[in-house]
Amino acid sequence: MDSFYKFSARFAELSKPQRTQSREISIDACGIIRDPLGCSKYFLFYSSVIVISMKNWRNDAYAKVTGKTKFTDDLKFANLLHAVPVYSDYVHAEILSINTAAAAQSDGVVRVITAKDIPGSNRHGQIVRDLRILADDRIRYNGDVVAIIVAETRDQAIRATALVKVDARELPSLLDPEKALEPDAPLIHEDLGTNVINTHKVRRGDVDAGFRDSDLILEQKFETQFVEHAYMETEASVCQQRPDGVMEVYGSMQHPFSTRRFVSRFLGVALSEVEVLGTPLGGGFGGKDDTAAIVCARTALASKLTGRPVKMMYKRIWSMRESYKRHPYRVYYKMGVSKNGIIRAVQTKIIADGGAYCSVTPWVTWRSTVQCCGPYVVDNVHCDTIGVYTNNVFTGAMRGFGSPQMNFVIEQMVEMAAEKLGMSPIEFRRRNMVRQGSVTITGQKLDNHAVAMEQVLDAVMKEIRYDEKIGQSSYGAVDKDEWYGIGLAMSYRGVSLGAEGVDLCAAIINVQADGSVILEVGVHENGQGSESAMMLLLAEELGIDVERIRYRRSSTSTIPDSGTTVASRGTIMGGGALKMAARELKAKIGAVIAPIVGGTPEQLRYEKNAIVGTSSSIAFDAAMAEMFNAKVFPHGFGIYQAPKVSWDDEHGRGDAYFTWVYGCQAIELTVNRTTGKVKLLNAVAAHDVGKAINPGMAEGQFFGGMAMGIGYALHEEVIMKDGRIVNTNFNTYRIPRSMDMPEMKAIIVENNDTTTPTGAKSLGEPTNELMAPAIANALYHATGERRFVLPMRVGKKEARGVE
Amino acid sequence: MAEETIKFKLNGKAVTLSTDGDRKLLWVLRTDFELTGTKYGCGEGLCGACTVLVEGDAVRSCQTSMKDVEGKNIVTIEGLSMNDQLHPLQKAFAAHDALQCGYCTSGMIMNAYSLLSKNLDPSVSDIVRGMDDNICRCGAHKRIIEAVQSAAKEMKGGMKP
Repeated sequence: MDSFYKFSARFAELSKPQRTQSREISIDACGIIRDPLGCSKYFLFYSSVIVISMKNWRNDAYAKVTGKTKFTDDLKFANLLHAVPVYSDYVHAEILSINTAAAAQSDGVVRVITAKDIPGSNRHGQIVRDLRILADDRIRYNGDVVAIIVAETRDQAIRATALVKVDARELPSLLDPEKALEPDAPLIHEDLGTNVINTHKVRRGDVDAGFRDSDLILEQKFETQFVEHAYMETEASVCQQRPDGVMEVYGSMQHPFSTRRFVSRFLGVALSEVEVLGTPLGGGFGGKDDTAAIVCARTALASKLTGRPVKMMYKRIWSMRESYKRHPYRVYYKMGVSKNGIIRAVQTKIIADGGAYCSVTPWVTWRSTVQCCGPYVVDNVHCDTIGVYTNNVFTGAMRGFGSPQMNFVIEQMVEMAAEKLGMSPIEFRRRNMVRQGSVTITGQKLDNHAVAMEQVLDAVMKEIRYDEKIGQSSYGAVDKDEWYGIGLAMSYRGVSLGAEGVDLCAAIINVQADGSVILEVGVHENGQGSESAMMLLLAEELGIDVERIRYRRSSTSTIPDSGTTVASRGTIMGGGALKMAARELKAKIGAVIAPIVGGTPEQLRYEKNAIVGTSSSIAFDAAMAEMFNAKVFPHGFGIYQAPKVSWDDEHGRGDAYFTWVYGCQAIELTVNRTTGKVKLLNAVAAHDVGKAINPGMAEGQFFGGMAMGIGYALHEEVIMKDGRIVNTNFNTYRIPRSMDMPEMKAIIVENNDTTTPTGAKSLGEPTNELMAPAIANALYHATGERRFVLPMRVGKKEARGVE
Repeated sequence: MAEETIKFKLNGKAVTLSTDGDRKLLWVLRTDFELTGTKYGCGEGLCGACTVLVEGDAVRSCQTSMKDVEGKNIVTIEGLSMNDQLHPLQKAFAAHDALQCGYCTSGMIMNAYSLLSKNLDPSVSDIVRGMDDNICRCGAHKRIIEAVQSAAKEMKGGMKP
């Protein structure tokens, strides 16, 4: 799939199953048509030819470039009602009463819903059930929803929100995680008896001895910020109860199965009474897990109570106010090194602000803990991690999942240590980095896959010409108006969920009598191209044109719970399940077709739309007709379970992940000495992806991850004032734009991974976790100053919440 | 909230609508005309997901009142392809994989159309600057720029002298 195919097919036909015999270059004569827009003086060029690179093949491209994709809010239902959330101004308060009488009388309002109307349970959460879908006893953060208004039109519903009156007794707000840990701090969840969400640790060797053996000890505190996912499509859901009583749920989400759990529990019905249908997603980045489930649950209740289909679509300002964010971290880091540049000991305390609800804080912080020393071998480690409840907006999954914060710390610490020793930071890294057979800080031996740390480092350094450029760095030279700097950072990352959760995925291959194929995989298309990757894998597996395959977006009623499409696990888990399903399918095909074409089922080859035996071959579609004639349905069901991992919570040890990926990114930049303006010039990234199923889309993940990393490094911060988010739209919350982008180069490193069925590993998150430390190091080399707070400010006060 | 009769041209067809003149074009397109290719992103004209063409200029439909489009010529993403033929920009966005989730894509393409209609020979920095106000969170910027460049070449080739 790595070659460029060019074929003469009208693009519209690409999304239809078709036989494309000719894939050679064939440029049709292109007609010149009068610009249909009538508003331009130009004649535009329309062509019936499109050159498609199979490198970039995407099953949803046609629908997306024509505006035909139906995202949740684009779905139309007859007799539809609209629901909107109601917030209060409180940050932390005990609710005395919620008066909805006036709102209920408002024009067009059909129903006002509060926690009293919930037929099932109002306590939810993937780990700790502390989250209220509608506030009942207390308001715990400013984004808590106290009521839902359902009206004939959305405008009518919005108008009525101001009429809901909340009477509450204000409680002291805990907005600083370290204050929330003080012994006399009031409790945010009284029933839990503590403001501690979770703790994790790593204990390895003897850190006291390690520090005693060190020639140099560095200590530094780092702070990172709340970050908004800023998916372009805000939260949305449409629900309707079918005549058979099943609640049908459409919504913008990454995790249909988690949504189903929330909805069924909220409505008090069995899982089979709720069908969640995957819907095209306008961006997620980890952010459409709990938040999406919550919105769907509220919408489902509104539909149940009104007996009509209901849609809820969030305004941007609601989305930014209510949705969970990336965790702000406070990291105290102490590193001891010997004169010859060996890290002797690391002691670190990591404090994560979990906000008002647990969400997946224990899992996010677990990854931070396991990866707390970066890709370095350290014999003596003492790490304590704590997730803390506060009255801030809650925090949860976001691309990177606990690693971007730690990489910002570690990749500066190693450079600071090297510099103090008078050693090149690159040489320092080489002396400490994991290599084939190394043992991680949690005791895992890296011997079941290619440890490509040095390979990606070398690839990046060569491409960007690091060695020759580092000497040009300005270090804040007073005789220059523009400072130049180059910097890099590297990491390794455990693949998929690891010991965070149950790692299981299912796939269904349903071949039809005419040889067309319906494929369903339990991972969700987030825009990353997972459907296309799955289709390409299956096309290769069955030796058929990808155009024969139709992807059916999964429904929770047709495929087993395959978990969430996060943790960069889509390709690896979905691909694994697909391989298993193909194995079952091929066993069935082999039994019927091998006697016809000769040989054993194992000897059959699937290629060029045919099945080839030892004596003859049969076209794939004819073979499938034979299957139906023989009354053997060519249907394959597969489940893939990730290889075993282990974790000993008490000692902080274990084989945390079944395999690892390795990445390195570098960037060049300039800083204007007077204005402090940072200009990013050129960025290079190399990641070992195992195997790139769809190289074009893999590159897209590189660029997207790097872009988001740039925002994390320099632009983005959710600013909280007294527990209320100040910046709730894109004028005050600035995400990177085209002018902020450097030149970017993606280097795909492939070391086929034998621990995974397809050889493919992870990419979405690794690409997002390195830009901030690379920029931090480049800024240091440009300005001569280190920055320990994210986002990094240059030429301005390095304080939190200061624009 | 006075109902007004508003006439305008939508994707080449004359249309008449009786509605509140203060309603925003975005919602009229999405609700009254069921043209859902134009997206809501921020509601304040900050992200560009709702970009359409009014008289050939890229405008933020979430900020455009209906009373202001009287007599105007409006084109949405649905009006860009013709007789099932994709516009060069649409083809280029697909061929360059200049999208991931696709939510900003309609607005990107409409903004690029307006940009190219004023300058069919843009430099890379013209495109980068011209696309800067349209936000993409998937980070497809690099490929969006490449797609616009490539479309510009094709459109220039198709221009009549």
